[in-house]
Amino acid sequence: MITLVLAAIGSFCLLAIAGAAAGRAAVGRYGVYGGCAVLSLLSFGVGLSAIGNPAETLHLPLGIPWIGMHLRLDALSGFFLMLLGLGAAGASLFAIGYGAHEEAPQRVLPFYPLFLAGMHLVLIAADAFTFQFAWEAMSLASWALVLSQHRDPANAHAGFVYLIMAVFSGLAMLLGFVVMAGAQGGFTFEAMRAAHLPPVLAALVFVFALIGAGSKAGLVPLHVWLPLAHPAAPSHVSALMSGVMTKVALYGFIRVVFDLLGGVPWWAATLVLVLGGVTAVVGVLQALLARDIKQLLAFSTVENIGIIFVGLGLALAFRANGFATGAALAFTAALFHALNHTLFKSLLFFGAGAVLNATGTRDMEQLGGLIKRMPVVSAAMLAGCMAISALPPMNGFASEWLTFQAVLLRPELPQWGLKLMIPADGALLALAAALAAACFVRLFGVAFLGRPRSVMAAEAVEADRWTLAAMLGFAGLSLLTGLFPGVVIDLLGPVSQAVLGTRMPVQMTDPWLTTIPVEASRGSYNALLLFAFVALSGGLAAVVVKRLGHGGLRRAPAWDCGFPDPTPMTQYTGASFGQPIKRVYDGLGYVAHDRVDMPAPGDTRSARLISERSDLIWDYLYAPLGVAVGRIATILNVLQFLTIRRYLGFVFAALVVLLLALALWQ
Amino acid sequence: MRGISFDIAHMLAGFLVLASFLMLYQARLYALLHVLALHAFVLALSVAWQAHIQDAPHLYITAAIALGFKAMLIPWALRRIVVRLGVHREIEAVGGIGLTMLGGIALVALSLEVMLPVTAQTDPVAREDIALALSVVLIGLLMMVTRRNAVSQVVGFLSLENGIILAATGARGMPLVVEISVAFSVLVAFIVIGIFLFRIRERFDTIDVGALEQHRGGRQ
Repeated sequence: MITLVLAAIGSFCLLAIAGAAAGRAAVGRYGVYGGCAVLSLLSFGVGLSAIGNPAETLHLPLGIPWIGMHLRLDALSGFFLMLLGLGAAGASLFAIGYGAHEEAPQRVLPFYPLFLAGMHLVLIAADAFTFQFAWEAMSLASWALVLSQHRDPANAHAGFVYLIMAVFSGLAMLLGFVVMAGAQGGFTFEAMRAAHLPPVLAALVFVFALIGAGSKAGLVPLHVWLPLAHPAAPSHVSALMSGVMTKVALYGFIRVVFDLLGGVPWWAATLVLVLGGVTAVVGVLQALLARDIKQLLAFSTVENIGIIFVGLGLALAFRANGFATGAALAFTAALFHALNHTLFKSLLFFGAGAVLNATGTRDMEQLGGLIKRMPVVSAAMLAGCMAISALPPMNGFASEWLTFQAVLLRPELPQWGLKLMIPADGALLALAAALAAACFVRLFGVAFLGRPRSVMAAEAVEADRWTLAAMLGFAGLSLLTGLFPGVVIDLLGPVSQAVLGTRMPVQMTDPWLTTIPVEASRGSYNALLLFAFVALSGGLAAVVVKRLGHGGLRRAPAWDCGFPDPTPMTQYTGASFGQPIKRVYDGLGYVAHDRVDMPAPGDTRSARLISERSDLIWDYLYAPLGVAVGRIATILNVLQFLTIRRYLGFVFAALVVLLLALALWQ
Repeated sequence: MRGISFDIAHMLAGFLVLASFLMLYQARLYALLHVLALHAFVLALSVAWQAHIQDAPHLYITAAIALGFKAMLIPWALRRIVVRLGVHREIEAVGGIGLTMLGGIALVALSLEVMLPVTAQTDPVAREDIALALSVVLIGLLMMVTRRNAVSQVVGFLSLENGIILAATGARGMPLVVEISVAFSVLVAFIVIGIFLFRIRERFDTIDVGALEQHRGGRQ
């Protein structure tokens, strides 16, 4: 099976060459994206079959001499491969239609397959060199994709920030691997798994993995690149980066912390829980205030990464205390949410792409009334918004409910840090879930309902069939995984078994497909029953209203609230919707200022309300860091202008100092 | 046999260090080139002796290369360059020869101090050779750093390279392919530097590298 993945990676590279050769021709679009879709479906199948089967390894004499390339396909890799295949197949299908509107396809086509190839290789790498190589390939290819419309200064800035964060993440992962390999240089994962690190070094590796994977996944405060890079990239790439690449980063974290380190002390779990909870709330608060649809979705990705990290933190906490049932439940919940997020976030990005193509803008305040012009896209977006807001019977509810079940388990943990943090995380998650619902009500209400706020929105047309196929497919999958969460939980059983040594009880044998995470007395969820109830009561209500009402459809002028000619400007806007929340949470991750710019008496210009928002994390963490780097660079710049003899002298002095150190150290 | 072979190897390596010191002391270009030839000649002797005691005939080729290229061809070519540049009468203003010599002595002490404990388990012949070779390399670097004249910097570089060859042959020899390629790369480097010298001279009427620095853009 692993050879199939390798073949897929090779084919992706060939497709990249083909994409570069095709240039602007339409055949390139069909060939590259079509090929990527087929290959992704293949890796979906391979991943699915790898979950249940024993791990496969392969050693190739490629890469670094004497070490070569170690590859391994086990249950964990299999699950993420499945997730990657699914997300990539959808994104490629969507891209066949979306790519027709691409301004410069020759800047996207070569890198898109390379990006997929990099992500595939990360998942099957089994030594530090291969992993690191693939990780960087993934980062670089996606960076090129972010810069595909590089003439826009905002995109150039996004690419710069993204590149710095990607390099930082790669460096942190590299340091983690170096510490794990130790002086013996056991760079294969097998050797790392067998080595038992002293607690201090294990803690160091944990911190490096958290930073490295966290900055790729979008953990606060390392999330700054997501809201910049996602709007800049083409929509199918945004869907991949948000839906899939962040999951590959999670895979890196799980692989290092759960598998290679084999468990961490309780304080590490507390750290993950704190960061996860903060990430969830900060992400969704920023999402509520975003105007740009894709930026909103990017912030919402940050929120969901927070939820997943809370699940992983719970799993670490329970595992550190030997509470196997809880660990399996929390771990399964985290992976389930990762899968769900891939489904609905990709769907939402497809929708954003479709809206962008139809109207030419991502600005929510320019949209409105799209449900009449783009009914199918709107229906699929509604499904995605429901899923991400965790409304039953969609899949978002199932996984968030499982996470809450893990929070509510509350076994007798001996550590005060965990005793305090787990309920606090429960509260943070509840807050984030409620705010997320508000956020997506805002998105759907402002962009799709009401009346169009611009000519572009009024003249929008329905998306092409490829886009619709991808969106409806993912909406259907979101519903199906929501209706049958037991299938996914059972699928995750072998993964949890392989990583933690325990698994959740088998769900599909329960009567009526009820989901029972621990035991029936502690809570259970029957999605089918709920769905049947919702459908029946909703249908019944519709029938009753139709029958008891006067029946036929009547068109009549609506009550105009006393405005004889309301322009679309009088509608409730996204900013209006976010205003109360902006006031309430001012100071939590951002500072908002509203001020009125009043013209002087006699001046004929109109007064303006200026709304400013500053990101505290950017202002107090990144901006000072940038200033410090600038200062140091200015000081070191002198080194650029020395004489040849000075340079030689530096080399000589460095050599002598090192030799002296060696002589004294012995 | 063991004793005498070791002594001779050690003595030749010691000669090489001594030649390096001579180079460090020598301020006149002609004399410097003579010392360079001597340096390479001692290297050739040392490598030949290693070939003899290690029973490694391919090292004779190394010795021949050292003798042919480094002891004859390169000093002769450098001498031609010096003549054509008309700098053979120039006496270099090297600040504090005594201080430089003291520095060289310190470097030898340092390399012995570093290398002898590190290579405690290895063959004593290789051990001494490597320690002395490191001091030749360091003295070559010191020469490149302290000299202002481009020709003497080239000489420093070539002596440094001799030190590397000495270390490599001491440690049971290196593959012939590597050796030949190193020899040729040195030759190529020499040609490039030679051309470069003329270019500098054409431009600036001197081969004092200090003149180059005044012509660079940007900050000084």
